[in-house]
Amino acid sequence: MSPLKRAAAPLAVIAALVALWELAARWELLADLFEIKPYLVPAPSDVVQSLWENRELLLDNAWVTFGEVGLGFALAVAVGLAFAVALHLSPVLKRAFYPLVVGSQTIPIIVVAPVLVAWLGFGIGPKVAIIALICFFPITVNTLDGLGKVEEEQRKMLRTLGAGRARIFTALELPTALPYLLSGAKIAVAVAVIGAVFGEWAGSSEGLGHLMLLDNSQLEMARVFAAMTVLSAMAIALFGLLALLERKVAWWRPESQDPR
Amino acid sequence: MDIRAASQLTHLADSPEPAGLSAETASDDRAGPLGTAIRLRDIRHSFGTLEVLAGIDLEVPAGDIVGVVGPSGCGKSTLLELIAGLREPGAGSISVGAETAGQARLHSCAYMPQRDQLLPWLRALDNAALAPRLNGHSRRQAREIARPLFSRLGLSEFENAYPRQLSGGMRQRVAFARTLLSGKPVLLLDEPFASLDAITRADLQEWLAKTLDGEPRTVVLVSHDVEEALYLADRMIVLSPRPARTVADLEAPSPRVHPRTHAVSEQAFGEVREQALAALAGETDAGRREA
Repeated sequence: MSPLKRAAAPLAVIAALVALWELAARWELLADLFEIKPYLVPAPSDVVQSLWENRELLLDNAWVTFGEVGLGFALAVAVGLAFAVALHLSPVLKRAFYPLVVGSQTIPIIVVAPVLVAWLGFGIGPKVAIIALICFFPITVNTLDGLGKVEEEQRKMLRTLGAGRARIFTALELPTALPYLLSGAKIAVAVAVIGAVFGEWAGSSEGLGHLMLLDNSQLEMARVFAAMTVLSAMAIALFGLLALLERKVAWWRPESQDPR
Repeated sequence: MDIRAASQLTHLADSPEPAGLSAETASDDRAGPLGTAIRLRDIRHSFGTLEVLAGIDLEVPAGDIVGVVGPSGCGKSTLLELIAGLREPGAGSISVGAETAGQARLHSCAYMPQRDQLLPWLRALDNAALAPRLNGHSRRQAREIARPLFSRLGLSEFENAYPRQLSGGMRQRVAFARTLLSGKPVLLLDEPFASLDAITRADLQEWLAKTLDGEPRTVVLVSHDVEEALYLADRMIVLSPRPARTVADLEAPSPRVHPRTHAVSEQAFGEVREQALAALAGETDAGRREA
C-alpha cells in the first residue's frame, strides 16, 4: 500500500469529525443540547484562526515546552537505560529494585508535581523531573525485557567463538535490546507532553500548559484548543521522529519477532 | 585418514567392561597420527533428578569426523556442551587436546547450534567474521580475514546480504563459515541441518562433506539422521534413549564417495546403516520394556 493510500482512512475520519464539529458549533447544536454558552464552544475554523493570529505566542510557549520535553525525555533515556542494564547484569539488584521501578509508576504525578515545584522552584527543574519520572518506566521495562530476549544458543555460540561476558553484552545483548528500547521510547515520548503540562500547571510562567491554564480561566476557548493542537502536533512529530529512527537503526525487528 | 575395516559393529552395551579398561584399549586402537583430539571417560550427567548421560566413553583421533546419533532428547546436545566446556559433567573426565579445564576446552572448540543463529543486524560476511571480530580485530580486518574462506565456500556474491535476505540453506552455510573462521581445532556441530527441507539438506550434506575434506579439523556431528551421520562422518556412535549409553560404535565406509546419491546407495553404506538402525531400534525396544 502506498503511503498516500494508507493515510487515506485516518485522514477521512479526521476530516469527517472536524466537519461534524464545525457544523455543530456553527449551528450551536452542542450549546443548545448541553446548555453551554455558544462562545465557549469554538468551531474548528475559530481554532485555526486563533492558531494563525497567535502564532508567535504559541510558538514561543511551544518552544519552552519542547525544551522541557526534550530534557526530561533525554534524562529518562539515560537513567532508564542505566537502570535496565544494571538490573539485567545483577539479579540481586533486579530483585531489590524492580518493585521500586513499578512503584514509581503508581505515583500520582498530578499530586507530586506541586511538591516538586515546592522543592525545585518555578524553573525548568521540576518539569524535567516530572517528565523524566513518567518516561522512565516504559523505557526501563522495555529495555530490560529486550536485554533478556537473547537466545541461550546465541550466547553459547558466542562463548565458543571467544566472547567473554563483556563482549556478549556489547555484541549480542545490547543490539538485541535496541528495538525494545526504541519502542519503549516511542511510548514515553507520547506521554511526555502530558507530563510537561502537569509540570507547568503546578507552577510556571510560560509554556503551552501555562498558556492553556491562563486562557481557560479567561474563557479564551479557541486559544485553549489552539494550544492543544500545537501540543498534539509536537507529540506526534516526536513520535514520528522516533519511529523513523527505529526504522533506520533497528530495522531487523520484524525478523527477531518471528520465532521461525 | 588411516585405513579401516569397512564396518565393525561393537555392542558395548552387551559387554559391560570396566569403563577405564575399555577406554585404554580404545585409545590404543584409535590414536591417529596426530594424537587424540577428544577423550571422554565415563561421562555422567544429570539435570536435577533427570539422568541424561549414564557413562559415555569416546576417543576421537585428531582430524576425525565422528557422528553421534540417538533418539530425540537422549542427551546428544548435552554431550556437545560438555565437550565444548559450556558445562561441566556431573562425573567423569573430558580432555580436548591437552586441556581438561572447562575454560580451556572452550578455547579449543567451536560450537555450531542447530538453528543458524546469525545475528540479523550483521551482513553475511560480518556474521561469518564474528570470531576474528570478537577476538580484537577491527571490522575491516575481520572482513579481510573472512573473505578468502567465504569465496572458497562459494558465498562471495552474498557477502553484503543480511540474513533475512538469505535462504535457509545459505544461512546454514554462512553459519558454518562462522564456525570454521573461529580457527578452533575442534568443531562441534549440533544437528546443523535439522531445520532444512529434505532437498536443501541433501545439498548441504554434500557441500559440507566436500568442505570438510579440505579442512584438517576434528569434528563431532550430532544428528538424529543415521544416513547423514554415516555420509559425513568417518565413524559413528549410536546412543540409547535417556539416560544415554553408547550402544554401537561403527566405522563408516571409507573413503567417502561423491556424489552423495552414489555414496548412500553403495552396498557397504547400506550394511552399516542397517547395523546402526538395528542398534537404535533394539535399544529403543529394550528401553520400552524396562519402562
